[in-house]
Amino acid sequence: MIAGRDVTVRRDGRAILDGVTLALRPGSFAVLAGPNGAGKSTLLAVLSGLLRPDFGRVDAPSPRAQKLAWLAQRESSAWDMTLAEVAALGRIPHGGADPERRVAAALAACGIRELAARRLSQVSGGEARRAMLARVLATGAEVLLLDEPTAALDPAQAFAVLALLRAEADAGRTVLAALHAPEAAVPYADRLLVLDRGRLVGDGTPEAVLPAAAAAYGVRLGPGLAMLPAAGGA
Amino acid sequence: MIALLAAAAGAASLLVGAAGPGLPPADILWQIRLPRALLALLSGAALGASGASLQGLLRNRLADPGLLGFSGCASLGAVLAFYFGLYDANPLALPLAALAGALAGAALLLGFARRAEGTTLILAGVALAALASAAVTLALALAPSPFALAEITVWLLGSLEDRAPMHLLLAGPPIVLGCALLVSARGKLDALALGEPTAASLGVDPRRLARQVAIGVALCVGGATAVAGSVGFVGLIVPNLLRPLLGERPSLLVVPAACAGALLLVLADIAVRLIPTAQELRLGVLTALLGAPVLAWAALRGGRP
Repeated sequence: MIAGRDVTVRRDGRAILDGVTLALRPGSFAVLAGPNGAGKSTLLAVLSGLLRPDFGRVDAPSPRAQKLAWLAQRESSAWDMTLAEVAALGRIPHGGADPERRVAAALAACGIRELAARRLSQVSGGEARRAMLARVLATGAEVLLLDEPTAALDPAQAFAVLALLRAEADAGRTVLAALHAPEAAVPYADRLLVLDRGRLVGDGTPEAVLPAAAAAYGVRLGPGLAMLPAAGGA
Repeated sequence: MIALLAAAAGAASLLVGAAGPGLPPADILWQIRLPRALLALLSGAALGASGASLQGLLRNRLADPGLLGFSGCASLGAVLAFYFGLYDANPLALPLAALAGALAGAALLLGFARRAEGTTLILAGVALAALASAAVTLALALAPSPFALAEITVWLLGSLEDRAPMHLLLAGPPIVLGCALLVSARGKLDALALGEPTAASLGVDPRRLARQVAIGVALCVGGATAVAGSVGFVGLIVPNLLRPLLGERPSLLVVPAACAGALLLVLADIAVRLIPTAQELRLGVLTALLGAPVLAWAALRGGRP
């Protein structure tokens, strides 16, 4: 369970987040949508405790490092480590305890177990991204806060990751993922939150809220929940 | 295994000296050769661990206590102790001044680190090193007597010649303490590999870790500089040579880098005694000759994504 109330973040006199209130329950996979600059990354950073809100409060389980895992939007390693070493970083909050089993399980869940001994320089961008996701899963955290987990993934890999997040939620975790193409998550997520200019403008089932998301993006929703250019376009 | 090699080289180093090859008389063994071998091991370990830790902290394979100004500030402290005659009044002033210099350098660098990171921070360190070097040159130019000038110059070149057991007592405690700080920080360096926000999300406070590593490096480099003078590049060479063998995870490199640094410095110290030159070749000159090509290689490698 993680909740934010009236979360407000200001920078240079402008509100990045403006009174956002939300509560996420265990077993739920929520998608955070909204145009670039809407405040998605900032909201994830505030919920994860990396950024202190100027106003409002966040209730999160503690100790945060063990109960909460956060994936950065562009996460890259300074060192050419093996994928197993990357995933094992998730055990740092636990003092490095119980690495082998957890790391192997996380790598397997991300479909890269056979690449465990490969170095980051020897795998594709999508495989590297899944190693970072394995790092998040290896923490065994209750709450997963993921900033664009499907970035750099082709559609098949992206669907595999979304299915994985669904499975993690079904296993009792709380999952919140910011996605730039939320319509892909409709079959997997049970909740869609839409941010626009720092305000929460939509919250409900993905089917119900997608029109609000499309409005926030300034596009229209076509048949089959496809995002299409605004009227007058194609 | 590297530790065993270092110990073996240390033992071999006992057999090499001005008295010719072979085991020397007991006095020379205990009073000259053993302190020299132990100081080479200690200083090398200090520099190797410092280099590996700084590279992990800054996420850059070019980081080195010399390039970042730690060694320069320690040298400046020591040179000031020579310059103001503190060393002649009390030999203890030299290591204390070197330690104070290294700690002051660490404090300045941590100040920079609040505003900059990555390459910018390294350039700030390079500026710090240049400043310290300019101040040392100034001290040389203004040296009160030719004798003081010679004393400072010879010391600056870096050497383990004619060291006494007292030097072990001077350098030992700060180096042991510094290495302990670096070894205990090594696990957290891994978290920094993915950037400071991710490290923070893993429960590692990047600022606190930077303080711990900077103080550890300052103690190590201050201690090593106090007894060995300015010996550069060991911290840069060693981790870069170990990475292809051990992998790039920072925490795996700190202890092996300490052992390999000890091995490298003992071997270099044997080499300067064996190479037949009119005057004994200076240790710092040899490590710089070895280190400069490694710096160029690491710079080229670091440019690759």
